[in-house]
Amino acid sequence: MSIKVRIPTQLRTLTGGAGEVVVEASTVGEALKALDAAHAGFAERIFDDQGGLRRFVNVFLADEDVRFLDGLGTPVADGQTLSIVPAVAGG
Amino acid sequence: MDFVSGLRCRECGRAYPAEALHVCDYCFGPLEVTYDYEAVAATMTRERIASGPRSIWRYADLLPVHDLTPVDLGAGFTPLVRADRLAAELGLGELWIKDDTANPTGSFKDRVVSVALTKARQLGFKIAACASTGNLANSVAAHAARAGMESVVLIPHDLETAKITMTSVYGGKVIAVEGSYDDVNRLCAELTSEQPTWAFVNVNVRTYYAEGSKTLAFEVGEQLGWQAPDHVVVPIGSGSQLTKVAKGFEELWKVGLLDQEPHVRISGAQAAGCSPVATAFAEGTDAIRPVKPDTIAKSLAIGNPADGWYALDAIRTSGGACASVTDEEVLEGIKLLARTEGIFAETAGGVTIATLAKLAAEGVVRPDERVVALVTGHGLKTVEALSGSVRPTTTIAPTLEAFDAAMSTYDEQTDTTVARSPR
Repeated sequence: MSIKVRIPTQLRTLTGGAGEVVVEASTVGEALKALDAAHAGFAERIFDDQGGLRRFVNVFLADEDVRFLDGLGTPVADGQTLSIVPAVAGG
Repeated sequence: MDFVSGLRCRECGRAYPAEALHVCDYCFGPLEVTYDYEAVAATMTRERIASGPRSIWRYADLLPVHDLTPVDLGAGFTPLVRADRLAAELGLGELWIKDDTANPTGSFKDRVVSVALTKARQLGFKIAACASTGNLANSVAAHAARAGMESVVLIPHDLETAKITMTSVYGGKVIAVEGSYDDVNRLCAELTSEQPTWAFVNVNVRTYYAEGSKTLAFEVGEQLGWQAPDHVVVPIGSGSQLTKVAKGFEELWKVGLLDQEPHVRISGAQAAGCSPVATAFAEGTDAIRPVKPDTIAKSLAIGNPADGWYALDAIRTSGGACASVTDEEVLEGIKLLARTEGIFAETAGGVTIATLAKLAAEGVVRPDERVVALVTGHGLKTVEALSGSVRPTTTIAPTLEAFDAAMSTYDEQTDTTVARSPR
C-alpha cells in the first residue's frame, strides 16, 4: 500500500525539507518504520524505549488519532494520509 | 530586559534559545521558559510590584517578555472574593473565589493572550491565530484588534453562540471547523508547519502563552498578603493552567516574595463527559487515554490534553486530588455560586464549584484549609447551557392585582422550597 506521510516542521531536517514522504506499508507502524528506513533518524525521534509512540507525538490516519484505532497496528489503505503532529496546548 | 535564561524541554531536558519554538525538536516534549531567578529575586520586590500596573504586567519580572507597552486590555488583577456563604453551604472554613470572569473578554485567557501576543509581536509575527474552545478565540480576536494585528481564529463549529459572536465582532477571520476541538487543534498543529509566519498562540507561541497563567498564583499570593493558600481547585482542559498555577507558587517562594514556604495542594476539576485526567488519577496510572468529549463544559472539552501528564504529576506530588462531575452537577454548581456569592460563571466555573463541593463532601478539601477556587470564565458566554433551568419566576399582566397574586403564590413556593431542601 502506498501511503503519504505528512512531516511536521520539527522533523523536516530529516527529510531534506520535504513536508510529505510516500512510503509502502500495510500498517501505521510499518509506515513509520519505512519512513525511518528512507530517512534515518525518525525512529529515535518518534518511538520511546519500548517501541511505542512517544507521549507527545500524535499520529493521525486520515485525520483520526491512531490511539482511537488500533495504534501502530492499525491497517492502512492505499492512498491514505498519515500525519505526525506534536501535541499542543489547549484552550 | 527580561530575565529569561532560555527554554528547556520538560521531557528530555534539552536547552533552546528563547525563540519561536514550542516543542523539543528531538522528542516533541513541551518547552518550558527558564529564568535567572537570582536576578529576579534581586529586582522583584513587593514594593516594586505594588507600584506596578493593576494588571498581569505588575509581575513582568516573572513573565517571558518585557515590554513597556504590552499588548494589553487590562488582563488580570481580578478580585479574590471571600466566599463565606458558599463555604457554609459546603461545610468549609476559609474559602476564596478567584473571580476571573472580571477579565476584559470574560475569561482567564486574557492573561495568556496578552503575554503571547506581546511576545509574538517582539518576535516579528504580524498575524495572530489560535485553535480554541471559545474563550481563547474571544481573547485572541480582541487582543489582536487592540494590537492592530490580523487574526485568524479556528473554532469547532458547534460552539456556544455568545462565544462565536464575541469572537467575530472584532473583525478578524473566524473559521468554524466541522469537528471537535481536538480536530481543530490537530489542524492548527499542521497549519503551523505550513504558515510559519503566523503566531498560533497555543501552538508555536505556546511556551510563552502558557506562562501567563502563572499570574493567577502571583495574584492569589499577593491578595492573601503574600501568603499561599493551602489548597487550590483548578479546572482542567489541556492541563496547562494547573501546572502553571503550581509553578507560580513555587516561583513566588523562589524569588523571596512569600514569608513561608508554600505547601499548596492542587486539585483538578473535570467534566465527566471529558475526564481523561480524572480517570487516570482514579485509576492510579500515568497513562492518559484520550477521549471523545461529550459535555456542556465546552471550554474544557479537550479529549487529548497536551499537559495532562504534568497536571496529574502536579496534583499527585502536591497531595491534591482530581475528580469529575456530571453536566447536571455543573449546572447546579453555576447556580450555587451565583446564589451564594453573586458570581455568574460559565460552565467551566460550574465544573470547578461542583468539583469543589464533591471534594469537600469527601473530606479531600477540608474545613481547616484556606481554599481558593479558580472561576475562570463568565456565565454570559454559555447562557444557553442554563436555558430551561433558570427563567423568570413568573410572567404577569401589568396590574397590581396580578402582582399580588403572583407574589403570594411565589411566597408559598419559596416556603415550600426552603422546607424541602434545608441544606
